[in-house]
Amino acid sequence: MQADALFFWLFAGVLVVSALAVIAARNPVHSVLFLILAFVNAAGLFLLMGAEFLGMILIVVYVGAVAVLFLFVVMLLDVDFAELKQGFVRYLPFGAVIALFVAGELGYVALGWTRSPAAAAAATPAGTLANTAALGQVLYTRYFYFFQAAGMILLTAMVGAIVLTLHHKQGVRRQKAAEQIARTRAAAVELRKVPSRVGL
Amino acid sequence: MAISLVHYLGLAAILFTIGVAGIVLNHKNIIVIMMSIELILLAVTINLAAFSCQTGDLTGQVFALFVLTVAAAESAIGLAILVAFYRNRGSIAVEDINALKG
Repeated sequence: MQADALFFWLFAGVLVVSALAVIAARNPVHSVLFLILAFVNAAGLFLLMGAEFLGMILIVVYVGAVAVLFLFVVMLLDVDFAELKQGFVRYLPFGAVIALFVAGELGYVALGWTRSPAAAAAATPAGTLANTAALGQVLYTRYFYFFQAAGMILLTAMVGAIVLTLHHKQGVRRQKAAEQIARTRAAAVELRKVPSRVGL
Repeated sequence: MAISLVHYLGLAAILFTIGVAGIVLNHKNIIVIMMSIELILLAVTINLAAFSCQTGDLTGQVFALFVLTVAAAESAIGLAILVAFYRNRGSIAVEDINALKG
């Protein structure tokens, strides 16, 4: 057996097992950790199939940002997760039936597809460049507007997340930089003529 | 046995199925539902990248990149909504989320 086949089965096996553990784990923190394991193995698969840039992005974006976000939220919320786990066994047959149907359909498609000649004609060949360089050359030219749209989506998500979660406590005195900067001498200093031995 | 496109497609199909089953089985816990959605999107990404690498067409990898972008934005917004909801109601059980009377 060649090395690449060996690594494929290794990555694929750990990926499937950890994905099963994500949905079956009793503790959501364990779920998130298994999700991280699944992402790392998927990144290995991407490396194996030759999409190095996607593999690295998967590590950076998913493991570095999304999974850590999940971990923070799971640990911050004080929720009785055991109560939320009820009904798992009761819904197991129903879930198994749905899974069977979905798997059947997807398997049917995976085994019975053909490639249309029109798609082959419209393909963007990678050429002799390395994966990252080839991807950059396509992304910044042919898919430039899509790339800008992706940036707008991320900006919207960032602004939305901040607006949703940011809240100021009432009754806390804060420094107001704008008011401090806008202070003028006329508003802040008052000159009084004080008579001698009389005072104000 | 050499690894072909069908292997990757089968793996992605299994992963997608696990994600769908996770949504059904954990229908009370919205955090695990969101993790299942992440698994589904990962399966889609594997599909796109596998086709892209097999056919030598870079478009698939570009769109896999966009799928990753949308997945990251979706999870950020979803978790923000979750935190805001928990702050208002003190619960994240899916059954309690009925403010819209749907």
